[in-house]
Amino acid sequence: MPNKTWNYTWKIFTIILMLYVILGGLLFEVPALPVIHQTIRNIYFHVGMWFSMIFILFVGFLFSLAYLRNFDLKYDRMAYATVKTGLVFGILGIITGMIWAQNTWGTYWVNDPKLNGAAVGILVYLAYLILRASLDDPEKRARLAAVYKIFAFVIMFVFIMILPRISGPSIHPGVDGNPALATGDLDPMMRKVFFPAILGWILFSYWIYTVVERKDKITQKINQLNADQL
Amino acid sequence: MVIKQIIYLIQKEFLLEWRQKHALGGIMLYLVSTIFICYLSFAGIMSIPTWNALFWIIIAFASLNLVLKSFGDETSGRKLYLYTLAAPTAIIFSKILINSIVMIVLGVLGFVLFNLFMGNIAGGNLTYWVVLITGVLGFSSVLTMVSAIASQARNNFTLMAILGFPLILPLLLLLIRASLGAIEGASLKSVSGDLVVILLLVMISLTLSNILFPYLWKE
Repeated sequence: MPNKTWNYTWKIFTIILMLYVILGGLLFEVPALPVIHQTIRNIYFHVGMWFSMIFILFVGFLFSLAYLRNFDLKYDRMAYATVKTGLVFGILGIITGMIWAQNTWGTYWVNDPKLNGAAVGILVYLAYLILRASLDDPEKRARLAAVYKIFAFVIMFVFIMILPRISGPSIHPGVDGNPALATGDLDPMMRKVFFPAILGWILFSYWIYTVVERKDKITQKINQLNADQL
Repeated sequence: MVIKQIIYLIQKEFLLEWRQKHALGGIMLYLVSTIFICYLSFAGIMSIPTWNALFWIIIAFASLNLVLKSFGDETSGRKLYLYTLAAPTAIIFSKILINSIVMIVLGVLGFVLFNLFMGNIAGGNLTYWVVLITGVLGFSSVLTMVSAIASQARNNFTLMAILGFPLILPLLLLLIRASLGAIEGASLKSVSGDLVVILLLVMISLTLSNILFPYLWKE
């Protein structure tokens, strides 16, 4: 079955890619820049985490839309799993960023539009978890959660795009006013790790998402069986 | 058709507010006591940026309280009745409209009182007034939809705050910046960029509310 082969081929590819990123990211030569020095290697990890978080949350946004279209609880479970996965990557992204900031800017947090945008995004998704926790009926929970997710996603997207552009220069590296990374000014010797790193992180996060989703599915089934026995 | 329904629903809301004055009066008193507490506790340690930030935080909390009420008050029987009578678009738009009108009244009252108690810093500042009106419109349009979500869940005040605050936080930052500019003498033209962003946000949340509200409404 070609489908079955593909199921593990992409995972092996991800493992190889991530091993290459970790080894290359830590060992390959990087340009010697003042202040930043070796911390520039953080780019392979920190930026990759944000890319994978945004990717996973965007997938989750599509799942929420799919739920409101079909009212199939499968999509709700998938949307929930994307949020849990996305939050882990987001929090890792914040931690790697804070360690880097402490070494480069001398402080863990600065009042910067990009950092604040990231923090607000994380708050929105944490609120999503609380909203789910405070509803018992699965249908209603799925409906309200999907509506909030779509509403919040669009508003956050608009803000994260607009806010840095109007609130003046940002201290954070990257294109001015754009939360994505400036690939144009990236050193060629870094590109050969950076681009595989982005792809590797995105695949890796999707893999983790499928594991979380499968775990939720099994838990649901076990609960169902337990309830049937009672 | 929808417009007619909106007008009827707004009339109904006004009539209800008028009959049970304690609800609106409660929020007004909330605003007055908050400002009075700030007056007592911030006496003598107030700089202009603090004055400005404090004012917006008070307005943000007052709008949370006000907007929470808009769906919390509906009993499930009345909801069902409304659902059979009016289009969901009419219901959500009438709620947003009524919240905006009451929010403007509250915002003006709060601003006048704040200038009275905390020192008249921006009372006669036209730019500040325009920022104020735009800001409360932004709050009410974003928060009404959040209130529609939160009202269907348990402990809805906490939920309202945690669902709503991240969404209005960027708006709040924008407003604090624009209004501080107004205090420092910025003209209406120089804050117009910020105002356009806020109005854009109002448009987006109106569109989203219109699309998403029917999913909340049907049980």
